[in-house]
Amino acid sequence: MCKTPLRHVRLALAAVGICGLSAAMPGGAPAGEHAVKAALAPATVAIDAHAFAPATLTITAGTTVTWKNGDDTVHSIVADNKSFRSGALDTADSWSHTFATPGEYGYFCSLHPYMTGRIIVTPAGKPS
Amino acid sequence: MADRDEAKQPGRTGIDRRGLLKCMSWSGTGVVWALSGGVPRTLGLLGSAEAATPQSGLVFVQISDSHIGFHAPPNPNPAATLGEAIAKIKAMPAQPAFLVHTGDISHTSKPEQWDTALQVIKGANKQVFFIPGEHDVADSDNGKAYLERFGKGSQGKGWYSFDQNGVHFIGLLNVFNFEPGFKSAGLAEIGNDQLEWLEKDVAHLSASTPVVVMAHLPLWTIYREWGWGTSDAGRALGYLKRFGSVTVLNGHIHQIIQKVEGNVTFHTAASTAFPQPAPGSAPHPGPMQVPAGDLHKYLGIRTLNWVRSGGAPALTDSPLVA
Repeated sequence: MCKTPLRHVRLALAAVGICGLSAAMPGGAPAGEHAVKAALAPATVAIDAHAFAPATLTITAGTTVTWKNGDDTVHSIVADNKSFRSGALDTADSWSHTFATPGEYGYFCSLHPYMTGRIIVTPAGKPS
Repeated sequence: MADRDEAKQPGRTGIDRRGLLKCMSWSGTGVVWALSGGVPRTLGLLGSAEAATPQSGLVFVQISDSHIGFHAPPNPNPAATLGEAIAKIKAMPAQPAFLVHTGDISHTSKPEQWDTALQVIKGANKQVFFIPGEHDVADSDNGKAYLERFGKGSQGKGWYSFDQNGVHFIGLLNVFNFEPGFKSAGLAEIGNDQLEWLEKDVAHLSASTPVVVMAHLPLWTIYREWGWGTSDAGRALGYLKRFGSVTVLNGHIHQIIQKVEGNVTFHTAASTAFPQPAPGSAPHPGPMQVPAGDLHKYLGIRTLNWVRSGGAPALTDSPLVA
């Protein structure tokens, strides 16, 4: 439930961000099937054109998910159950959250609540 | 809420709300005296032969969606266009008693954005009544910073009411509780606590009291797919339907759309920063790109003026063009 300091986010993005993005956004395939295989490897959700991509991301417990805003306006990440909440993410800002507990976490943008996403957290060692 | 902006305007010389209320109270008494004395003339601030009711002569200005901190096309400098809006207000021949700002003062809820906004707005030398937009409560504490800065004297998360010249003003907040997703299409909520407060707040008022409601998101559903509506607005309007004149002032959608429903008129306002597309006319409601030379046509201020006794105010929307 802890936030990752931004400098760590940037390092993580530099290291794996592009891979994470490309792995997470295969054209049209159900996004939920594309779990990040390496346990605890950071995962990325892109925010573009007022949408989260992938809209559903499956990870193992303990994984840190980083959202990056590529849009021309501000967005936010708010859990449906309010268990996590980013501040405002301006263009090019990132925010990270580590999911320690298995379960399904719906979330939305508090500035554009029609933007929704879902993180499925599987127990550690049993991805997807 | 009377003091909400005074701390930010240490150098201002305009009459404050308390002073204005005292003055209006005196004027009202004066009118009664004049009429009972058989000399039907108006006094002081009322300034109009028709000014037989307290609200007559009240002029105020609505500004909205200044989005200080936005830094992209079509308007990389919203502080400058806010300044132009304030200059327009300062040039009004009939000076408003006060301003209302219907939210999204800032773009990302940062203190320095509010600093800049207040610095520019204080150039009008008027008291300002603020309500937050969802961009003002987008901090990770969901509105704590806004409430600390703007919420003095307010209820709950920052809602309030006040009376001016016989008009009852209500600052409603509908930027906290969003039902996410497509089932509700992300419509905003006023919420039960605030609705209960609203019911009590208006219970003692006579039905002839003109009511002005400020709320950031529209209080009617303009476009469900973009969340441009308030899911429990109907309950709020139910408490207001016995009133002869209800004027609803909204922001959020950066364009002027109006609707009349019985005695209630709904008006969304232009932004002072950038336009948004007409409902459903674009893939998403992000900033609408317009040619630089046309930007000011889409930005503006709104003047409300009780030019005649009783009933609803006259509204004038003025774009930020010369």
